[in-house]
Amino acid sequence: MDNSNSSQNTLVSVRNLTFSRGNNKIFDDISLDFERGKITAIMGPSGTGKTTLLKLIGGQLYPEQGTITVDGQNVHRLRRKELYELRKRMGMLFQSGALLTDMNVYDNVAFPLREHTHLTESMIRSLVLMKLQAVGLRGAHQLMPNELSGGMARRVAMARAIALDPMMILYDEPFTGQDPISMGVLVLLIKALNETLGLTSIIVSHDVQETAQIADYIYVISNGKVVDHGTPAQIEQSSSEWVQQFMKGAADGPVHFHYPAKEYVDDLLSTGKRY
Amino acid sequence: MMQFFQRLGASTRTSFTKLGRATYFLLQTLSGILSVLPRPRLLMNQLFSVGVLSFLIITISGLFVGMVLGLQGFYILSDFGAEESLGIMVAASLVRELGPVVTALLFAGRAGSALTAEIGLMKATEQLSGMEMMAIDPIRRIISPRFLAGFISMPLLASLFSAIGIIGGQLVGTGLLGVDDGAYWSQMQNQIDFYDDIINGVIKSIIFGFVTSWIALFEGYDAIPTSEGVSRATTRTVVNSAFSILGLDFILTALMFGDD
Ligand SMILES: Nc1ncnc2c1ncn2[C@@H]1O[C@H](COP(=O)(O)OP(=O)(O)OP(=O)(O)O)[C@@H](O)[C@H]1O
Ligand SMILES: [Mg+2]
Repeated sequence: MDNSNSSQNTLVSVRNLTFSRGNNKIFDDISLDFERGKITAIMGPSGTGKTTLLKLIGGQLYPEQGTITVDGQNVHRLRRKELYELRKRMGMLFQSGALLTDMNVYDNVAFPLREHTHLTESMIRSLVLMKLQAVGLRGAHQLMPNELSGGMARRVAMARAIALDPMMILYDEPFTGQDPISMGVLVLLIKALNETLGLTSIIVSHDVQETAQIADYIYVISNGKVVDHGTPAQIEQSSSEWVQQFMKGAADGPVHFHYPAKEYVDDLLSTGKRY
Repeated sequence: MMQFFQRLGASTRTSFTKLGRATYFLLQTLSGILSVLPRPRLLMNQLFSVGVLSFLIITISGLFVGMVLGLQGFYILSDFGAEESLGIMVAASLVRELGPVVTALLFAGRAGSALTAEIGLMKATEQLSGMEMMAIDPIRRIISPRFLAGFISMPLLASLFSAIGIIGGQLVGTGLLGVDDGAYWSQMQNQIDFYDDIINGVIKSIIFGFVTSWIALFEGYDAIPTSEGVSRATTRTVVNSAFSILGLDFILTALMFGDD
């Protein structure tokens, strides 16, 4: 794996990152690069630490070792104020949506604009309606978050993530919970944002087909390591049995569906011992 | 035996680290207050939900506490033929002790628990991290306005409590039991001192407001982000607030009313 030399075109670069939760080593000395203006996908089994990686890039978690630079700045060395300035240029779509539950859809999308800009209410209104139109929810602008379905909430969160026109967006599972139509629309939207605004996108997703369709580059991670990386075509042709199984979603193969555990039989037989 | 000391040591250590986190949290909250001042709307909203919505419970409790004081005071004072002094007794106990203390206890139960649950749930549903990622400091935007609102509301609510309580005492004393109305008010006027009684009571309630808001907000912010974690944090808010209020009340009373 030769991704040690980062080119000028790299917006986000992760170098020799190590991170653990308790005794659980989530990343073991991994390096990844995300190119400017490209869509890079991160794939991997559930629980490998994809969300954790996005939080590390956003500066919400601290690595044990290694560095993460975004636009030439070492995220974990920044002062608070500089980190906040950087975050204004990063949009993040949370897996859960993370909408503010005491505000309606409109105010949620307007929130970052009101906090960070001095735009007039009428300008905010046009911007908010434009963003909501893009995700197909302009008509839902006065609903409260508890009146939205999971998929709708995620789309509102997406409108909010693009409200400030960031240079980069981190999408955590943008397609889960979407019906085929809104999924198709979202795929196109992510692609379009990328092309028209020159955004850099990092997508975490399990939806292999959809993601492979728009991604310029894919990293497959598992067990704290990068298993394979390359363009979608390269990944499809991957020689790794592991990657083949993952991309095709076969039940049999080297990939484990289970969280690491002792032998099932031993566990069943160890009666009386409570967890 | 060894194990006992080990556990004692471990729990002391966790309490101290928690105290450290709480102090750091308080400093951040206080410095966040500066950024609340130019945005009165944020404060107004919180004054409404923390303060105004506590009006009813404070008014009703104040009325009943005052009425009971009127009854009890009358029975004791009339033994000495001193029922004319009922006004002093009612007012002094309310303004010095019951006003600040009972208001603070009710406040912890009504507004403090709500604050903890709200902040804890915001944490559990990633709203706070979401804000951080939008480059909005949740302490400044969410915590500081609530803290300031609690701090401002408490002395006002305590004064309201005492005022209504005095009226309750009067209703029972003069209306029901036949104490002279003029005596009730004039004795109170003569004997209750503005600085010694009223100001000291207000100082108490300011301190209680500070402590209760701090506890409630910190417990929410520090809660384990699950339903159980939030429910425990809410309980801790009520229990810890009650202990702190009663403990502080003793210390403050000893300091304020000790030497005369
Ligand atoms: N707050 C936490 N405390 C301890 N361990 C955690 C915590 N959050 C996550 N983990 C652990 O970190 C690992 C990675 O979690 P993460 O949420 O990053 O997975 P993921 O790849 O996003 O999975 P999914 O695709 O299901 O969303 C998991 O094994 C999880 O058990
Ligand atoms: Mg995840």
